[in-house]
Amino acid sequence: MDSSILQKRKTMTTTTHFGARSFKSRLFFSIVLLFALITISIVFLIIGTLAAKGFRQINWSFFTQVAPDTFDAMMANASGKIIPGGILNGITGTLLLVGLASVIAIPFGIVIGIYLYENATKRYANVIRDITDVLQGVPSIVVGLIVYLWVVVDITKGYSVLAGSVALAIMMLPLIIRSTEESMKMVPTTLKEAAIALGTPYYKVILRVLIPSSFSGLITGVLLAVSRVMGETAPLLLTTLGNSSVNWNLAKPVSAVPLLIWQFYNDPNMVNLIWSSSLFLMGFVLLLNILSKWIAAKKSIQ
Amino acid sequence: MAPATSILSIEDLSIAYDRDKYAVKNVTATVRKNAITAIMGPSGCGKTTLLRAINRMHELYPNISTEGKIKLYGDNIYEMPTIELRRKIGMVFQRPNPFPTMSIYENVIAGYKLNGIHLKRSERDEIVEITLRDVTLWDEVKNALHKKGTFLSGGQQQRLCVARALAFKPEIILLDEPTSALDPVSTAKIEDLLVELKQHYTIILVTHNMSQAARISDNSMFMYLGELIEYEDTKTMFTNPKDPRTEGYLTGKFG
Ligand SMILES: Nc1ncnc2c1ncn2[C@@H]1O[C@H](COP(=O)(O)OP(=O)(O)OP(=O)(O)O)[C@@H](O)[C@H]1O
Ligand SMILES: [Mg+2]
Repeated sequence: MDSSILQKRKTMTTTTHFGARSFKSRLFFSIVLLFALITISIVFLIIGTLAAKGFRQINWSFFTQVAPDTFDAMMANASGKIIPGGILNGITGTLLLVGLASVIAIPFGIVIGIYLYENATKRYANVIRDITDVLQGVPSIVVGLIVYLWVVVDITKGYSVLAGSVALAIMMLPLIIRSTEESMKMVPTTLKEAAIALGTPYYKVILRVLIPSSFSGLITGVLLAVSRVMGETAPLLLTTLGNSSVNWNLAKPVSAVPLLIWQFYNDPNMVNLIWSSSLFLMGFVLLLNILSKWIAAKKSIQ
Repeated sequence: MAPATSILSIEDLSIAYDRDKYAVKNVTATVRKNAITAIMGPSGCGKTTLLRAINRMHELYPNISTEGKIKLYGDNIYEMPTIELRRKIGMVFQRPNPFPTMSIYENVIAGYKLNGIHLKRSERDEIVEITLRDVTLWDEVKNALHKKGTFLSGGQQQRLCVARALAFKPEIILLDEPTSALDPVSTAKIEDLLVELKQHYTIILVTHNMSQAARISDNSMFMYLGELIEYEDTKTMFTNPKDPRTEGYLTGKFG
């Protein structure tokens, strides 16, 4: 009884202020909408600009030839032709760097992520979690410097694929650790218990139940980590420098798409290639993002 | 009450999640072989804790302490390797939990797969068919064996989970409110199944549902605040409870 009277009162007060409240909320909604539109249009402006300026250079040789030298580019520009050559050395370099970085970071990240999940409340798990957060906050140029010191100077005695990959791996690690822990948490405890109740040894519970049940989450995390480091430039400048030809030797310097963009930017004859390379990099990263969203969505339907 | 042949004896068992906060207090009981033993009692009285102590699943909680013994055919289970123990004492949970990454077929033999026990194709096929027949699921799923177990209805999933627990031919099956998430028809099927299964297995069943205990169990335990208040032949307990607290519970005064 009492509560129903209270209810009525509440309704009445709401009605009295209805006009004012509605105006405020409409204003608020409009502001939110405006900000959202601005954000969305920034994304479309980026893609649109890159597409408009870059598409002319995207052709077969863009993917099959290495970057031209500045003289050829100048000649092409002078006669109004498109710049010859492509970014093959950058594409192969990026694939090699990111691939090796994944090989290093994925096992580490997943093992540590599972450890954090299994020991969620232990004190040293919290310490590791905090350190992971700190690692995620280390500026990428600093990561590059440190790897320069450790790998370039001491191990490969020069700029190398290995050094670049180690730098990227360090940047991927905190992302993979966190996403692993989060996707493990999504697995219902009842599944783990079901496995344990069947007498399953601990490591098999992890390998055969936890990892398969959270597989799409793990993949999503890895893809996002890859797409995060794919565009990194600063740490690569300090660790792998660049290379005018295709290189598969891990102890030698290699190019990468963002490194090429940086070089093209510094060469007035190459300006046109900036846009096509950026368009390519952006497209690739976008593809990875869409792929990871798609995998995550497929999982949630199940 | 003197059980005909006892399979399990619980001796002065006490379990605390935190120091001095006992969830199970000084429970002593022997469980009869090839019978259904029901554990009843109001919420929080320690039924789940007691049940999980029997296959040592309660040890998953980090700060838990256990005193007393449970003997399976005279051997203290707290001195056995847990892996071996859990193969002898299977468990079915409150909510059906088939492995979502596995097919119906794989779920049945999950115990073998997860333990790395290699079976020949023909042996696997045989175990799957026999076990699914045992849980009366064969006819419903025989044409969909390689579909995911999560496509089944709740009741079918629960029978699949019983099959998964049976595939190892355990001595005892522990069930924690296995029908509380199911509709009446599925519940009746599980109850019939349990009555059928007791010919070959010993069943210990936690239930909130008194009429379920009355319908299918042979013996009943009544627990209250961690203590085993009364342990009787089910008929005797329902018709002539000795302890006023048992009577109060059975007549719906609390719980
Ligand atoms: N993980 C846990 N940590 C601490 N205390 C717990 C934990 N699980 C259960 N308890 C406590 O132990 C006591 C017994 O719990 P238990 O789950 O065994 O009861 P139950 O009889 O199965 O109850 P229900 O009928 O609600 O399932 C309760 O007081 C509960 O609060
Ligand atoms: Mg319970």
